[in-house]
Amino acid sequence: MFFASVQRDLRLLLRQGSEAWLVLVFFLLIASLFPLAMQPETKTLLAIGPGVTWVSALLSVLLSMPRMFAADAQDGSLEQMLLQSEAWMAMLLGKLVAHWLASGLPLSLVAPLIGLQYGLDAGAIAVLVAGLLLGTPMLTLIGAIAAALNLSARGGGALLALLMLPLCIPVLVFGAGAVEAQSAGLGAEAHLSLLAAGLIIASILAPWACSSAIKIALD
Amino acid sequence: MKASDAVKEHESGPLWSRYAAPARFFPLAGRLVVPFYVLAAILGAIGLYIGFVIAPTDWQQGESYRIVFIHVPAAWMSMIIYLAMAFWGLLALVLNTRLSAMMLQALAPTGAWMTFIALWTGAFWGKPTWGTYWVWDARITSELILLFLYFGVIGLRASIDDDRKADKACALMAIVGAVNVPIIYFSVKWWNTLHQGASVSLTAAPKMAQTMLVAMLIMTAAAWAYSIATSLVRVRSLIIQREPPSTIADSSGGPQPAFATSPPGSSGK
Repeated sequence: MFFASVQRDLRLLLRQGSEAWLVLVFFLLIASLFPLAMQPETKTLLAIGPGVTWVSALLSVLLSMPRMFAADAQDGSLEQMLLQSEAWMAMLLGKLVAHWLASGLPLSLVAPLIGLQYGLDAGAIAVLVAGLLLGTPMLTLIGAIAAALNLSARGGGALLALLMLPLCIPVLVFGAGAVEAQSAGLGAEAHLSLLAAGLIIASILAPWACSSAIKIALD
Repeated sequence: MKASDAVKEHESGPLWSRYAAPARFFPLAGRLVVPFYVLAAILGAIGLYIGFVIAPTDWQQGESYRIVFIHVPAAWMSMIIYLAMAFWGLLALVLNTRLSAMMLQALAPTGAWMTFIALWTGAFWGKPTWGTYWVWDARITSELILLFLYFGVIGLRASIDDDRKADKACALMAIVGAVNVPIIYFSVKWWNTLHQGASVSLTAAPKMAQTMLVAMLIMTAAAWAYSIATSLVRVRSLIIQREPPSTIADSSGGPQPAFATSPPGSSGK
């Protein structure tokens, strides 16, 4: 059931075509705006690089969040999934994983491009990618709660951002902090361990909260 | 079932569940509002008098430190109210009670104001003391994030039309936020220690004089009383808005909502 759900969501996404890679383009675009808005000196770029990459990743995931449940809620398939109470959790987890495979994973894989633009060295880029690989699933999980709550509301994107972004701050802090610690010679292990710990906790609690939010919305 | 039966149904239960019916809670809240406002006013007057007149001038910070008598109680309230919201949210989800969800909604604006006051007074204290209105200190930053969390709950409530749906969604959001607040606090604290050395430390504040502490505690009690009174007023208006008018029996002698006296449907004639 889980794999069927992952497969279904990914297939739907591929058929729609543009949306998946638009998120990637958005990611690269945001990150390219910062040097244009200031003096692109090597030192400044090095200092802001990790943070900019992470904020861009956060915004890209935010951008991809509304499509997660909205279409399924509209055509009633979400309600049908909910009715199959035994398979529901597996299907929800499948949707979460599919969302990450289509947003967080590709983001993490193109992040080295931004790292190079900002002049990060190879070690820092490796830590950046590792952090993104651990952190973006958390963004998906937290964002899914916000997206599910947003189903009951007519608030649109602004409300989604208001609900999601404050909750994502720890991910941002530790993700960008990992690269900074690596560059400062402190080693990124502590930050990455914390991100991994956060991911474990989030993957236990968030699907439950997300499922309750969907049940509230479709009640 | 007639609405009055729904009220009677609760009369047999223990005291706490008896007042879980919004219609029964309404008069009780009405009786409590004025005492709490009076208490807040008296305690506030005493606290401010001790704080501004009796308490000695701080040898390091001069007179500007006196803003802590408002700043600290507001900051404490901002956190306590968020926890209270999460508590009511939990009750609302587990017991499926309407009143707890209304309490949550009634608390949110007061909590947001307390957070705002804490930030604002903090900025005005920071200018003469640290020479800047804003520092990316762990406490200040997490207080700012707390304000955004309050806005999130208020915004979510405002954009859901269905009351019961909004109740549950806000309850869930408050709980998710409350789980996150400590994580946010520690992450920001750690980020802070990594970024800037020990430029400013709130924790190493000089020891307080006895009178200062007394004034601050009295002001905190005043803030509690004020917050309780305001949320009771707000919860009463929520009850009037949402409950069928005929069920609300106001025995408090306070001003009665005009439409509660006439049976529903008769107002159009």
